[in-house]
Amino acid sequence: MTTITHRLGSETLTAGRLPRATTPSVAVASIIIGYALAVLASGEGNIGLATLFAFVLFLVTIEIATRIVEGPRQAADRRAGNLIAGAFLLALVPLGSVTWVTVSKGLARFDAAFFSQSMRNVVGEGGGAIHAVYGTLYVTGMATLISVPIGLLTAVYLAEYGARNRLSKSITFFVDVMTGVPSIVAGLFAYALMGILVGPGTKSGFSGSIALSVLMIPVVVRACEELLRLVPNELREAAYALGVPKWLTIVRVVIPTAISGIISGIILSIARVIGETAPLLIAMGFTASMNNNVFANPMMTLPVFVYDSYAHPGTDVQPYLDRAWAGALTLILIVMILNLIGRLIARRFAPKTGR
Amino acid sequence: MTQKLTRALTDPGAGPDPSSGMPDPKRRGDRIFRGFAMGAGITILVILALVATFLLVQGSPALFADPAKLISQGYGEFLPWVLPYAFGTIWAAVLALLFAVPVSIGIALFISHYAPRRLAQPLGYVIDLLAAVPSVVFGLWGSLVLAPAAVPLYEWLNANLGFIPLFSGQVSGGGRNMFTIAIVLATMILPIITSLCREVFLQAPRLHEEAALALGATRWEMIKMAVFPFARPGIIAAVMLGLGRALGETMAVTMILSGSRNITFEVLTSQNPNTIAATIAQNFPEAFGLKTSQLIAAGLVLFLITLVVNMIARWIVSRRAEYSGAN
Repeated sequence: MTTITHRLGSETLTAGRLPRATTPSVAVASIIIGYALAVLASGEGNIGLATLFAFVLFLVTIEIATRIVEGPRQAADRRAGNLIAGAFLLALVPLGSVTWVTVSKGLARFDAAFFSQSMRNVVGEGGGAIHAVYGTLYVTGMATLISVPIGLLTAVYLAEYGARNRLSKSITFFVDVMTGVPSIVAGLFAYALMGILVGPGTKSGFSGSIALSVLMIPVVVRACEELLRLVPNELREAAYALGVPKWLTIVRVVIPTAISGIISGIILSIARVIGETAPLLIAMGFTASMNNNVFANPMMTLPVFVYDSYAHPGTDVQPYLDRAWAGALTLILIVMILNLIGRLIARRFAPKTGR
Repeated sequence: MTQKLTRALTDPGAGPDPSSGMPDPKRRGDRIFRGFAMGAGITILVILALVATFLLVQGSPALFADPAKLISQGYGEFLPWVLPYAFGTIWAAVLALLFAVPVSIGIALFISHYAPRRLAQPLGYVIDLLAAVPSVVFGLWGSLVLAPAAVPLYEWLNANLGFIPLFSGQVSGGGRNMFTIAIVLATMILPIITSLCREVFLQAPRLHEEAALALGATRWEMIKMAVFPFARPGIIAAVMLGLGRALGETMAVTMILSGSRNITFEVLTSQNPNTIAATIAQNFPEAFGLKTSQLIAAGLVLFLITLVVNMIARWIVSRRAEYSGAN
């Protein structure tokens, strides 16, 4: 209130506004001064320190300028806006750093040998991760084979039959709870299950697939259910009117309408579990050789390969770290590509919702 | 419950079936398909129950064993053994939340209310990319890149704020301490908290927002008056979900921390309490017999902790969905 009367008392009718160029010019100036301060403070140009100085300087300058020209309420508004934008930029730091480091360090061993040799009888340099690549394909493929039927059928039940009865409500609730099961617990579950079914200490690719399925099923259910609910009711009613039984309506009308979204949901859920390490560490163990039998003997996957190279290096550490980074790069590439394909399919073939 | 199930399966009148009442051989296909679908749903409930049961069955030798036997063949008496790890698990997760929650809320607000409309969705994808980075890569990054880079910060904190117990003690040389873990875990749970918060912020009633702006509120005042009160339960649920994630995160901790079994609040030293998940991952490959059982029993403890946290979170979310009228 006081500010308004004060402004009215002055010559102009409008409240004071900072010129539009204030923010960018203050930002540039703070960056320059912040960097200079960082050099003065630490002796060398530490980027982290410089950014911190620059950001604090920027906040303080804008705060003072706004308070003088525009008033305290506007100052609070700008402060909040700057902090919020700062939070977003802050989150980009680890993303950029992880990507940069993985690419720059991973390229050293991102070669033909890495994708054609296993680690059998390899000590020190050389060797590759072909056994882990195959293992990843087997285990993830197997997990997909287990999860998709269960997940899709559950989604059908929830979307088409459930009608919000108590069973479907509790399934929805526990599917959500299941998304929060720690991955290592899923690994322990698979280990315990195989221990009871086959014999104690059993480690195999199949056991790993079971662990991944526990993590994958809830994701598939959520994605598919959402998509099935998007299918317009008119399509179902048209099919019923033609005398088509409900199950055929679902199989021939509802699912085909939503199929692109379902496929993209499945791809995204694969991307979600393909990077899992902990459960496979428990359920599948380590191996340095190819294993084409999913049902017996330990099997390697890329994430476990990365962990193993990092955690159990030989006397000369560098080749092991190089392989770990190359594995990490491969893994990130796979996950990114899967994500991209999933989103593209979802966007290009999105079902027409009739709205 | 079972009575209801059998009735639903056998009674042709149950369910919104268009051909109900007509004796039609096609009905059998319907019933079979419905049975399959319901069976799949029940399978999920069974799996979740089995997870708890099998962990209990395989972990029980350690849970009910004679303490003397556990000391000689296992890792020691169960409760004194697992408590420091349980503390480490919760401590690491809470620290991660301290970092992640303000940043996530900021990012979510940036995407929902500050960024230009056209940029909002791509920016959301960028944050989702963080969720796509496998945990093992975060582990590599945390131990080989972040930890050494953060040592000067730790030394500064120790030298200037060392009077606070949190920052006291001898700084670990490689930077592999609780502080690094907290940063890495915070990075990993950022996307899930952000995406949930973003959704809730976007659902804030448009009319309330416009009313606040029309009364002369600045954008920040509008957010404080119209968005936050509406979004509070959603934010709490998002935080709980993030907590659940952080509690169960294994690889980053396994690869960064060479944890010990002590209860301390000092975050900069080289003596850090390990987490349950990391302890399991580090010891399981070499464990046998009673040790395996003991690790599985520790997994059961972790499962129960995360289950409670997640159920509270989901309960808040579902309660909210009922009164907001949104899907």
